[in-house]
Amino acid sequence: MTLAGWLQIGLILGLVALTTRPLGLYMARVFSGERNFLSPVLGPVERAFYRLAGVAPEREQNWLSYTIAMLVFSAAGFASLYAILRLQAFLPFNPQHFDNVPPDLAFNTAISFLTNTNWQAYSGETTMSNFSQMAGLAVHNFLSAATGVALAIAVTRAFARHSATTLGNFWVDMTRATLYVFLPVSILIALAFIATGVPQTLAGSVDATTLEGAKQTIALGPMASQEAIKQFGTNGGGFFNANAAHPFENPNAWANLLQIWALLAVAFGLLVTFGKMVGSEKQGWALFKIAGLVLVGAVVIVYAAESIGNPLLTQLGLDPAGGNLEGKETRFGLALSSLYAVATTGTSCGGVNAMMDSFTPIGGLVPMFLMQLGVITPGGVGSGLYGLVVFAVITVFIAGLMVGRTPEFLGKKIESREVKLAMLAVLILPLSILGFSAVAAVLPSSLSSLANNGPHGLSEILYAYTSATGNNGSAFAGLNANTPWYNVTLGIAMILGRFGYVAPLMAMAGSIAAKKKHPGSLGAFPTDGGLFVGLMIGVILIVGGLQFFPALALGPIVEHFLMFAGKTF
Amino acid sequence: MLAHFRPAVVLLALFTLLTGLAYPLAMTGIASVLFPWQAGGSLILRDGKVVGSALIGQNFASARYFHPRPSATGAPDPKDPSKTVDAPYNADNSSGSNLGPTSKALIDRVKTGVAARRAEGWTGPLPADALTTSASGLDPDISPENALLQASDVARARGLVAGTVRNLVLAQIQKPWMGFFGEPRVNVLKLNLALDGLK
Repeated sequence: MTLAGWLQIGLILGLVALTTRPLGLYMARVFSGERNFLSPVLGPVERAFYRLAGVAPEREQNWLSYTIAMLVFSAAGFASLYAILRLQAFLPFNPQHFDNVPPDLAFNTAISFLTNTNWQAYSGETTMSNFSQMAGLAVHNFLSAATGVALAIAVTRAFARHSATTLGNFWVDMTRATLYVFLPVSILIALAFIATGVPQTLAGSVDATTLEGAKQTIALGPMASQEAIKQFGTNGGGFFNANAAHPFENPNAWANLLQIWALLAVAFGLLVTFGKMVGSEKQGWALFKIAGLVLVGAVVIVYAAESIGNPLLTQLGLDPAGGNLEGKETRFGLALSSLYAVATTGTSCGGVNAMMDSFTPIGGLVPMFLMQLGVITPGGVGSGLYGLVVFAVITVFIAGLMVGRTPEFLGKKIESREVKLAMLAVLILPLSILGFSAVAAVLPSSLSSLANNGPHGLSEILYAYTSATGNNGSAFAGLNANTPWYNVTLGIAMILGRFGYVAPLMAMAGSIAAKKKHPGSLGAFPTDGGLFVGLMIGVILIVGGLQFFPALALGPIVEHFLMFAGKTF
Repeated sequence: MLAHFRPAVVLLALFTLLTGLAYPLAMTGIASVLFPWQAGGSLILRDGKVVGSALIGQNFASARYFHPRPSATGAPDPKDPSKTVDAPYNADNSSGSNLGPTSKALIDRVKTGVAARRAEGWTGPLPADALTTSASGLDPDISPENALLQASDVARARGLVAGTVRNLVLAQIQKPWMGFFGEPRVNVLKLNLALDGLK
């Protein structure tokens, strides 16, 4: 660890903190339907979209209708993306003449992009045409992000409204998120990326003759436009196999700064949006502190673990000052690689600028654990906010048990039905992660996909199902996941993690919206102070820890001790 | 439920046109005017021919050139396309080694690399980047320590004075902004081009 490293981490996180409030307040205006500085340009586009789609923007939906609209939209997205991938060879913008994507891979990829996971069982430069990348994958980078934000805004309205039956209109929220938030900012980010060196061309590749006379084929494509929304929508699906470690996707420290800012900005900003819309900006900042403190704690651990490095390599003569550089890029070094790993798994981004599989055991454990907490620090765009709200409900319930009062959150009484629905949502994670991992750990056909032996092999399996269920998409990428077993089971895990979580969540939101909103009663436990922040961090860590500690002990934790004991596999 | 079909299908179609075609094609058009060199892949030309990209590493095996980091990229085996063979710096198939910290394959590879460097006369602790593969397999940079250690070997192979090559390396070091932002590094392709330019 060096002072320069900490300064780099501090600079980037400071920049995120600076933009949180303006972005959050802007989004609060957008989703309250107020005019903003983009309305003169985008208002006519928005109204034209509603007219063509037959949407009456003032007609609101109850929780069930809102959820069904979201599901129908996702199903339509799945069908169109699956078709594009299966018919790729007959579609335009295919300079490398890639073949159609096989059925199991197309299924996995379509689910992956429409659930905002962006798990990639394929390698972009050898599988996907420019048309598939732009009109297939990148479209869902926008729409899955907008869907997540819409759901979070619906949950926010449940707490903001008094005895309400409706939560807003899904089509309106989704359209506004895309038009007013994701598209305009992505244009700016894409331009900045191109300036730092990210290619943006319709050419498929270019051939170079190296100084030693060899031929080098350099893959190209319309990358910057996709990279922008990939980060800003916490999608994480790379244009190339190496994702944001590829020098074209992430050419230097400045591009890297922008990447990390973009993947954290909306998720943190939405916490302020939540506070503003429920009438207590302070409540939003309390959630900000909870997510922020866990995130910073995680960066400290990963940066320390990667700096201590791998004793098995330093014993061979490598300079210990270099830390663990296997699977890391020279231009990012340890600090920016560690920060990226934590930011990408604290959110549902899942892009990587270093190979997680080659991190030290503890450096790899922390990203995995962040996802097992439910991807809420600060989580994906939208999904992070609603995940934090679920934990807030559980926290006030536990606090209520301790002091013997009916728990309240933001003036809404939390009763048995809400707590049961919140727990139902939270328990989807261990069900899918541990269930699938347990089966995969004994099936010969799934074990043959492992790239590493010993406890690290188990970590590869556990990481895959954690990432899929958490809708994250990063990987211990040595695992060969492009097999029918993994394509199908990881696809199901992604569906469970998104829709299995959202269904009870929206039912809870519907039930909360219908309740009366009491003005803060004197006996209620304050949920915007330091005590609540500490208690909720404790609840998050304990719930996550109790569920996953035994599995982690068999993977990264035992590997850590074996590494220091000099054992190899 | 049927009432949701029209908005679902129409909005999906409209957003596909807007975010899937209009947005990337507009960015491509703007990029070709504002930043044509970057948008095209930061290609480096020598005598009118593309010799590589400033951002993408390339393989150097000759003793007359500085060497990049080891690369884990592969390519389909020409004899059996279902298998892959090592193909360092294959810029059409980026990949890291994905070997975990307790992997025997990783330890053995580093051990072989260390023995080779010791045979070349490298002493003391070795720069970690010289013996580890990068995440992309296309890392264009090496650390300044790594480059300086290679300088005397390259000078000898070219019959140059060691100090000249050393000065060339020092001139090619990209320093962090304000002394802290970014890592100090040397772009191997640019360094080797500068080396070829010495006469």
